[in-house]
Amino acid sequence: MKEILLEVRDLHAGIENKEILKGINLIVREGEVHAIMGPNGSGKSTLSEVLAGNPAFTVSSGSATLNGKQLLDMTPEDRSHEGLFLSFQYPVEIPGVSMVNFMRAAVNAKRKYFNEPPLAASDFLKMMRQKRAIVELDNKLASRSVNEGFSGGEKKRNEIFQMAVLEPKLSILDETDSGLDIDALRIVAGGVNKLKTEKNATIVITHYQRLLDYIKPDFVHVLYKGRIVKTGGPELALELEERGYDWIKEEIDNESK
Amino acid sequence: MDKNKDIETNDILGDVTNNEYKYGFTTDIETDIIPRGLNEDVVRFISAKKGEPEWLLEFRLKAFRHWLTLTPPKWAHLDIPEIDFQAISYYAAPRKKEGPKSMDEVDPQLIDTFNKLGIPLEEQKVLSGMAVDAVMDSVSVKTTHREKLAELGVIFCSISEAVKDYPDLVKRYLGSVVSYRDNFYAALNSAVFSDGSFVYIPKGVRCPMELSTYFRINASGTGQFERTLIVADDDAYVSYLEGCTAPMRDENQLHAAIVEIVVEERAEVKYSTVQNWYAGDKEGRGGVYNFVTKRGLCRGDYSKLSWTQVETGSAITWKYPSCILAGEGAVGEFYSVAVTNNYQQADTGTKMIHTGRNTRSTIVSKGISAGHSQNSYRGLVKVAPKADGCRNYTQCDSLLLSSTCGAHTFPYIDVLNDTAIVEHEATTSKISEDQIFYCNQRGIPTEEAVGLIVNGYAKEVMNKLPMEFAVEAQKLLQITLEGSVG
Repeated sequence: MKEILLEVRDLHAGIENKEILKGINLIVREGEVHAIMGPNGSGKSTLSEVLAGNPAFTVSSGSATLNGKQLLDMTPEDRSHEGLFLSFQYPVEIPGVSMVNFMRAAVNAKRKYFNEPPLAASDFLKMMRQKRAIVELDNKLASRSVNEGFSGGEKKRNEIFQMAVLEPKLSILDETDSGLDIDALRIVAGGVNKLKTEKNATIVITHYQRLLDYIKPDFVHVLYKGRIVKTGGPELALELEERGYDWIKEEIDNESK
Repeated sequence: MDKNKDIETNDILGDVTNNEYKYGFTTDIETDIIPRGLNEDVVRFISAKKGEPEWLLEFRLKAFRHWLTLTPPKWAHLDIPEIDFQAISYYAAPRKKEGPKSMDEVDPQLIDTFNKLGIPLEEQKVLSGMAVDAVMDSVSVKTTHREKLAELGVIFCSISEAVKDYPDLVKRYLGSVVSYRDNFYAALNSAVFSDGSFVYIPKGVRCPMELSTYFRINASGTGQFERTLIVADDDAYVSYLEGCTAPMRDENQLHAAIVEIVVEERAEVKYSTVQNWYAGDKEGRGGVYNFVTKRGLCRGDYSKLSWTQVETGSAITWKYPSCILAGEGAVGEFYSVAVTNNYQQADTGTKMIHTGRNTRSTIVSKGISAGHSQNSYRGLVKVAPKADGCRNYTQCDSLLLSSTCGAHTFPYIDVLNDTAIVEHEATTSKISEDQIFYCNQRGIPTEEAVGLIVNGYAKEVMNKLPMEFAVEAQKLLQITLEGSVG
C-alpha cells in the first residue's frame, strides 16, 4: 500500500462564525490524483484555503496531517516547507516584486527551514530556466512583477511554474482551469502531468469535467454543503457532466429529512 | 550672475563696521563646551573657536540677528513639542576618541543591526565610535582616494577646511542658494553651523567616484548643525552620498542642516541621502528632530540636479529638497521614499521652481506609514510667467501598513504660464492580507514578505540609488518595518 500523504478527519471550519466545512474526511496517498467537484458554495475553495492555513478561516474541530505531521498547528509558511502547495484560484499581484526575487525568497526560505545554505545565484537562475520550460513560460514573464499585468492564462501558468520550482509533495489546484482557453488549459494540464511522480499527489478542484480529460483523476469526490457526499472513480465526473449536481443534491437533501 | 554679485556685495558691505567685540567672549578657546543658550557671544565663540575670517563671523551674526526676529514654522502637518532653543548647547569640541576598545564592548543589538545591513566590520568599528587607530585600513583607503581626487582638481573637504583653504569659493557660494533669511532653521544653521562638507568639481570634470561612500567616516561627527555646499562648474558631474544606513548614535535631539548645491551649465549633480537617525522608542519617546533645508540652484543652461532620499529615521522630519530651475532646459528630479513607524512623523517633499524656459521636473514620492505614525507629502510645483514650455510630472504614492497610521498629501501647484504641462498622479494602497498569505503559502514568512512588498513598492526610487547603497537601503526598509504588520 502506498504511504498516506494527507489525512483529513472530521474537519470543521468556517469564516466569521459561519461554518462552511462540516466534517470533511479525506485520505490522499502518494501518486494519487483526486478531483474535488461540487456546486458553487459547497466549500471547495474553503477546503483548500484551510489546508493551506489562510488566517481568514478558523478551524473549530477535526484534524489534518501531512506526512504524519499535524498540519493545522503549522504556520502557512511551514506547511509550504513541508510540501503543501496551493495553486490559487485568483493569484495575487505584487507590484514591483520581480518573479525572480519572489521565487528566490521562496526557495531560500525553504532551504533555511531545512538548514541548507541559500542557493547560489547562478544555480538558481539555471533552475528557473529549466522549470520555465515545463509550462512554456517565457523569459520576459519571469522577469516581470509577480502576476502584475498577467493575463488570466499567464497567471495560471505562473502558478504551475511556481509549483515546478517548489516541488511540493501535495499540490492543491484550486479551479486552475477557470478562465483558460483550450490551448492554455492543455499547457497547464501538461505541466501538472510532467510534475507528477510516484511520490507526490495532486488535488484538483474544478467545476468541470473538461480539465479531467487532461489530468486523469484516480478518485472523484463530490463536495456538497461542507461534506464529501459521494466518492467514485473517473466515471463519476462524466456522470456529473451529463446529469449536473441536482440528482446528488436531491439524494442528500432527502436523506437529511 | 547678477544674483551672485548682489550676494557678494551684501557680504562685503554688510555689517563690516561691527563694533560689538567688547563682549569679548572669544578668548577662552581652551573650553570644550560652552554653557547652554544662544546669544551673539556664543556665535562669536563658535567662529573664533574655528578660527574663521571676519566675513564669516559677520555672516553668522547677520543670520543670528535675523533668527531672533523669527518663530518656528507651524504650517507642517507635524506635532512638534515646544523646543527651548536656550536649553541647547551650541558648541561641543569634536568628540574624544574614548569609544569601545573592541567589538566585544559594543551593544550587541547594534552589531546585530550592522550585520543585518551587511556593513563591513571595519566600518562597523568606526560607526560604533571605536578609536580611529583601530581602523587603519579605512583611513588609508580614504587617503588614497583623496589623492586621486586632488589630481583632477576636485575639492572635497570639510567646510571648515574649505573656509581656510578656499575662502574665495566658499564666500562666493555660501548662502547663495539658501539665504539665512530663508526660514527659521536656515537662519539658526547659518548662525551656528558646526561643520559639513564642501565639494567643488571644476569645469569639465566628471568625478570618478561616488563622493562620501569611501568617506562615510567624514560624514559622522559633524554635529547637529551640518552645512554642506556643493558646486559643479560647467560640464562637471558628481554623485554625492549623504548619510548612512547604519543607525546613527547621536545625543543631539535637534538637527537643523542646510545643503546648498549650485549647478552650472550642462553640469549634473546627483545627491543621494539615506537618513536613519534615531527615531525614538516604540512609545515615541526620544528621537531626533530633523529640520533640514536642502536646495539646489540649476543656474546653468541644461544643468541637472537629482535628489534621491530614503528617509527611515528621526522622530520628526521636516525636509523639502528643492530645485530652482533657472537655466534654460534645466532638469530637476526628486525621488523619495519616506518610511514612518511607531510614533514617527514626517512632512517631506520638494519644491520645483521653474523660472527658466523649457525646464523639466520629475517628482516620485513613495510614503510608507506603519504603527501610529504620520507621513505627509508636501510639494510645490511653480512655473514663473516667463518660463515657456515647462513640464512637470508628479507621482505621489502612499502605502499604509496599519489602521492607526496616517498618510497625507499636500500638493501645491502654482502655474503662471499657459504653455506649461503639469501632471499629478496620486495613489493610496494597503498591503493586503491576500498578498501576505500568497507569500506565506510560497514559504516566505510575513516579515520577509512585508520587506519584499515594500521594496517592490519603492523600487522606482531605490533604483535611483547608487548600487552598493541600494542593497543596504533595501535591507534598511525591511528592518525599519520589522514587527509592524500582523
